[in-house]
Amino acid sequence: MAPLLHVSDLRTYFFTFGGTRVVKAVDGVSFTLEAGETLGLVGESGCGKTTTCLSLVGLLPPAARIVGGSIRFAGEELTGKSPRELRRLRGRRIAMILQDPMASLNPLLTIARQVGEPAHFHLRLRGRPLRERVLGLLRAVRIPSPEVRCREYPHQMSGGMRQRIVGAIALAAEPQLIIADEPTTNLDVTIQAQYLNLLKEIQQQTGVALIFVTHNLGIVAKMCDKVAVMYAGKIVEQSPVRELFNAPQHPYTRALLGAMPKLGRREPLYAIPGQPPNLADPPSGCAFHPRCPEVIPRCVSESPEEVVAGNGHTARCWLVQPDVEVSRGRPSA
Amino acid sequence: MAVPLLDVQDLRKYFPVRRGLLRRGHSWIKAVDGVTFAIGAGETLGLIGESGCGKTTTAKLILLQETPTAGSIRFEGQDVAGLRGPALLAYRRAVQVVFQDPYSSLSPRMRVGDIIAEPLEIQTNLSRQAIRARVQEVLELVGLQPEMARLFPHEFSGGQRQRIAIARALAANARLLVLDEPVSALDVSIRAQIINQLEHLQQTLGVSYLFIGHDLATVAHISHRIAVMYLGQIVESADSDALCTRPQHPYTRALFAAALPDHPDDTREALVITGEVPSALNPPSGCRFHPRCPYATSRCAEEAPPLKFIDTHHQVACHLF
Repeated sequence: MAPLLHVSDLRTYFFTFGGTRVVKAVDGVSFTLEAGETLGLVGESGCGKTTTCLSLVGLLPPAARIVGGSIRFAGEELTGKSPRELRRLRGRRIAMILQDPMASLNPLLTIARQVGEPAHFHLRLRGRPLRERVLGLLRAVRIPSPEVRCREYPHQMSGGMRQRIVGAIALAAEPQLIIADEPTTNLDVTIQAQYLNLLKEIQQQTGVALIFVTHNLGIVAKMCDKVAVMYAGKIVEQSPVRELFNAPQHPYTRALLGAMPKLGRREPLYAIPGQPPNLADPPSGCAFHPRCPEVIPRCVSESPEEVVAGNGHTARCWLVQPDVEVSRGRPSA
Repeated sequence: MAVPLLDVQDLRKYFPVRRGLLRRGHSWIKAVDGVTFAIGAGETLGLIGESGCGKTTTAKLILLQETPTAGSIRFEGQDVAGLRGPALLAYRRAVQVVFQDPYSSLSPRMRVGDIIAEPLEIQTNLSRQAIRARVQEVLELVGLQPEMARLFPHEFSGGQRQRIAIARALAANARLLVLDEPVSALDVSIRAQIINQLEHLQQTLGVSYLFIGHDLATVAHISHRIAVMYLGQIVESADSDALCTRPQHPYTRALFAAALPDHPDDTREALVITGEVPSALNPPSGCRFHPRCPYATSRCAEEAPPLKFIDTHHQVACHLF
């Protein structure tokens, strides 16, 4: 059976200064996602993870264009679809949760109006069924006394509640895929834990697939089935979640894991030297080479191809030894 | 430890909230309500809590940006409330701050060198050359190149800007840095750089830190001691390692349960508390945590538990102990 989402060799470039300058924000990204699965898209700011997601839902800024690759969602090709077709898909089958709930909610509309909008637009619900649906959604995301709350406005809610409202909007038209772009960055720790547990529960009930964009490996460890680590527009390592934590292959992944403070174990942190690269002027060869502790001369001149390192585990690094058995057996997912 | 560097006793800050048609009646937001702690020389105290728990107000009180409603702050044994003139200037020089967001804490119109020199110009009577030499010295101290003094903040990345903010704080030989979420706005790979840098500076300069944060793992990593705040009060304080291995207060344990795992197989105590932090305008009676506490008894609603020692360095404010 074909996976729910199959992205292959996606390239999204930004064209600035009248097309004279090209920024390769997403540069050959491939991954697949099954129904009910959770993919973590990890990377630092400016690595292209948000642009990847915006490409999926057709919400790219005017300067950006998908220049190559394909996005197959439930057997349909999404690249090349008209804005009108994409509008019918967005919110209906693919929903998005953004980082700042205050920026994604309209301050002038009631909660009921905003939560009901996708159901009104996509499912053509009106009147009492629509109201029932809104209350059901608010209950599903644990908003206390939804009958009262649905008449209120976003400013009357706490940060955690607002983010749950955004979650309710995402769920409103029963999508098959939710893309959550750093949804808990602005939340307090205990509220974050509540929110993540709620998302997990909803996923178990509805079987929705999730893409979690984050820079926090802790969230990945808690939420995801598999992980794609992005650096400078490319996926440098992709693997099932346990394997990534147990046997990270790419030096960047190892560095990220080493830079993470661990509770109860006071080990010195590994500080990755230097800065994330500027995509307008990326380094030659492997983009990580100026910061890599294991760099060899080849890294400076040649960009490494994807190497299969295990079952469903790939990495882009000259030092990774290919797993011959797996790579011969079948092409990795 | 004879006299701690900073000694905070029963610190309180209430903000009035005017109410009613003519704004006559008023009630109080008890942002900080009886906080006591001490920081020794070369020591890091981590102050942890969720938004609205009063940790930033505590920092502002120490920085004299707010006047306490009650309680005392002693710096090297001297009450800072009575400081005037040169003694006040000396205190301000000794206690400096680094804010969360280096994009808004550095003036975009000033060169980095001028930003770092400003406290020196105000606080010291060094010559121009001496100031310039000191600017270059502290830039090197925080891992930047001395030539960068000529540049403007927009020419730096977030991590570098935070280094500039630290350099500015250290320029006039500060003894205590108040670090208000100094790494929350930074990328993961850069966070580790800044934390290592802060640790290194502490080892070389013997400076003390008050490290305010909400990420448990980060605070636990850098701090010697940790105080956990909830709604304006400290509910637990202990050595960092003791707190991490044996958290006692139900709120601390809930924070640990809510902390993100560092491995997919890492299972945590399932003590996820419900609800949100109540408003400080109307704090719950008795123990302020009791409406969210899974172990609450009727006594918790009536009587506020005092902070008591359960071990030499371990204090908890809970009726269970």
